[in-house]
Amino acid sequence: MSRKNLIGLLPIAAVLLIPLLTQNPYLLHMFILSLLWIVLGQSWNLLGGYTGQISYGHAAFFGVGAYTTGIMVKSGQSPSTAWWGLLFGGLMAALVAAFIGWVCFRLRGSYFSLSVLALSEVLRLVAVNWNRLTNGAEGILFIPAFTQKTYYYYIVFALAAVNLGVIRWVMRSKPGYYFLAIREDQDCAESLGIDTTKYKLLSLLISAFFTGAAGAFYMNYMGFIDPGIVFSIADISIMMILVTMLGGAATKWGPAVGAILFILVSEIFRVWVGSGHLLFFGVLIIAIIIYFPNGIVGTLVDRRTRKRRLRGAEAVA
Amino acid sequence: MTALLELKDVTKRFGGLQAVGHMTFSLDKGEILGLIGPNGAGKTTIFNLINGFYPPTSGTILFKGKRIDGLKPHTVCRLGLARTFQVVKPLARLSVLDNVMVSAFSRTNHREEARTTALEATTFTEMDAWRDVPAGSLPLGMRKRLEMARALATKPEILLLDENFAGLNPTEVEKTNAIVKKIHATGITILIIEHNMRVIMAISHRLICINYGEKIAEGTPQEVATNPQVVEAYLGAAHA
Amino acid sequence: MSPQVAGQLELLGQVLISGILLGGLYSLIGLGMSLIMGVMKIINLAHGELMMVAMYITFWAFTLAKIDPYVSLLIVFPLMFLLGVSVQKFLLTPVMEADTVLPQNQVLLTVGLGLVLSNLALLFFTANYRSVPVSYASKTIYWDLKLGGQTISLSFSYPFLVAFCIAGVLGASLFIFLAKTDTGRMIRATAQDKRAAALMGINTKRITYITFGLGAALVGAAGALLDPVYYLYPQIGGPFTSKAFVITILGGLGDIPGAVLGGLVLGLAESLGSVYISLGYKDAFGFIIFVLVLIFMPRGLLGRGRA
Ligand SMILES: Nc1ncnc2c1ncn2[C@@H]1O[C@H](COP(=O)(O)OP(=O)(O)O)[C@@H](O)[C@H]1O
Ligand SMILES: [Mg+2]
Repeated sequence: MSRKNLIGLLPIAAVLLIPLLTQNPYLLHMFILSLLWIVLGQSWNLLGGYTGQISYGHAAFFGVGAYTTGIMVKSGQSPSTAWWGLLFGGLMAALVAAFIGWVCFRLRGSYFSLSVLALSEVLRLVAVNWNRLTNGAEGILFIPAFTQKTYYYYIVFALAAVNLGVIRWVMRSKPGYYFLAIREDQDCAESLGIDTTKYKLLSLLISAFFTGAAGAFYMNYMGFIDPGIVFSIADISIMMILVTMLGGAATKWGPAVGAILFILVSEIFRVWVGSGHLLFFGVLIIAIIIYFPNGIVGTLVDRRTRKRRLRGAEAVA
Repeated sequence: MTALLELKDVTKRFGGLQAVGHMTFSLDKGEILGLIGPNGAGKTTIFNLINGFYPPTSGTILFKGKRIDGLKPHTVCRLGLARTFQVVKPLARLSVLDNVMVSAFSRTNHREEARTTALEATTFTEMDAWRDVPAGSLPLGMRKRLEMARALATKPEILLLDENFAGLNPTEVEKTNAIVKKIHATGITILIIEHNMRVIMAISHRLICINYGEKIAEGTPQEVATNPQVVEAYLGAAHA
Repeated sequence: MSPQVAGQLELLGQVLISGILLGGLYSLIGLGMSLIMGVMKIINLAHGELMMVAMYITFWAFTLAKIDPYVSLLIVFPLMFLLGVSVQKFLLTPVMEADTVLPQNQVLLTVGLGLVLSNLALLFFTANYRSVPVSYASKTIYWDLKLGGQTISLSFSYPFLVAFCIAGVLGASLFIFLAKTDTGRMIRATAQDKRAAALMGINTKRITYITFGLGAALVGAAGALLDPVYYLYPQIGGPFTSKAFVITILGGLGDIPGAVLGGLVLGLAESLGSVYISLGYKDAFGFIIFVLVLIFMPRGLLGRGRA
């Protein structure tokens, strides 16, 4: 492993040590939420940032993951088997994604973006109305398996690490190059031998799987879900976009930076301001698009490459 | 000689407009066939039909005796037909090398192999110094060259070149000319659209001239250039 | 005809009537969206939230100054037009040319705008459900039909009927405006080919301002017309944004007459579905038709939109 990769692992190692330094449940709760949102941001980023397919309804996959887990528990399994939800919730989300991708990716433009938004609304309605399966608007409640937050911390940490690892690996191999090519120019990608429908679908499946797994973790950790929470457009779908844009779309660490800031700001609003966090985030989305389109990490990376490019241009000239 | 690519009575209509009509010609293995005609004659549309961007309204297209009309562009590419775009399509935020690697992946699943192919293709097209530059910030001449490098990296049997000389300065024209000859020397069959008559007369073995989507002349460059209908088409276009 | 059959017919007739009346309002919402889609090639994901703003304007005009919702159209239309123009001029146009990694940054911006509008409403007007208690809110007009010896009695809700008629007048005016006036022709030219329109000397920037203004004014009018028959709360916009894009896709992206059809189809689907299938899924029927249309006729019901 190269020196650069080792340095990249340092922050990961540091994060791994946090529970040894503090057992404060409140702090750990904040870290757990941050890691959860890192998974959500990274997953959205794979599809939106790297592949250029904007989803306004990723809550669909989050909700399916959460409900798969909740239903598993409700149908007689003990809460500890609910951890299988991480796998099955992810797979169910991917299955739903396969359907919507199959319908939409043959078409260009914003069809996918809108359909996935519509899908998340339909699923919310299903969750509200299919009482026998989902317990309707009341939601699903169970006692979480652990009282110790440290366990949850390591589980969601593992999820985030696997998520990051898979995305890194994909982006360094053939599909990753294909995702970027599709984002840049679909006609060109097709003429270079890329089955754009297939690769868009692949990107969506990976993204939906991890979003579903994150939903499953949420169910396990919070012990309560209802349709309004897990299928929320404002609180899940749009916030996933915000997290990615804030940190920087199509960057390695952007979603992580975005997620941490997002949790921090949410918490500041919850504790000190009371309400209005969505108003603030709405303004933030507009401000980022107008003034800061590459996000935090994207802007930093841009500066660095511009410097390097200047040096490169001298070499060429 | 055996026909590598054959168009048989191919017609393409866009609504009421017939962009290509009853086009029939074949491309033999190892030759350089030039396609000329005034602007809007339907040359690019022919590429788009061969390449699979549009299905023909009627007619058939055969590659090595097998029908390829109606196939998707990515399938056509994998069969061994590569093209360049008149209106260049760089993958703007990717470096030149990454652009070429993307196309090299059409023949391999391994990153290192794709990289090797891409390095070769960029060297072949003399773009070494530009490898790390984002394709979106290349000057026009280099964008046209990138089109060729990318097409080459798909390891095609037939290369479709769409006005790769347009907008180049005389030195660049010479360079591109040399590269096209070099490509041909590796055994790749070439179908080339070009407006620069000096270039196309010199480089092609055979010429086809089309006007309003229909073939009006076919033969050696000399025959076609002196064909009265061809002269008329060009002068007519110039006078219009 | 037996009384049972007559009863069934009465129900069906009633369902069709309410579906078409509701569909008229939906058409108005869809027209605004389709106009914006046609010219700017973007989906306005703050469309429902713009409607919500208009509903609050109407509500306060009634509450504070006793202005009838139909009269307040005269205030709502110009105010919403101005709001739309400002949104296009100060938010959307500036980011149009920006080079960003994420595509659709204008649409993303409308997402942010929707969030801001609904949460501003929440801040100022609280989450309370409100209604405009007009005297005619539950007034009904009956129409008795003699059929095969049985009487079929159909009812029309007065505010819905008025809303339908006003929506019809507004829609017709829009078509006349687009067909007969210079500005209207310029809008159509810009929608067809923006670059060519610019080359012919059309100030396409100004056209986009007017278009977004009109789009906002139309959906605003729909909001004012809905006030007498709907509850009003800050989050009401979201579902209507969804309805608006469903209508637009049903009609074919950017197809303006298609939007009218899309609105009627959605109204009928919701009305038929909620009576004959299940009320709980009322809002899902539109989406189901939407998915079917996507699979089988992606250019919209009329087959003329951009695929
Ligand atoms: N996708 C399309 N839709 C409608 N018309 C088209 C399309 N592509 C090309 N055309 C028309 O077909 C004709 C031939 O165009 P083209 O093949 O680009 O000409 P050339 O490459 O010879 O200059 C032109 O009139 C052009 O406007
Ligand atoms: Mg051309």
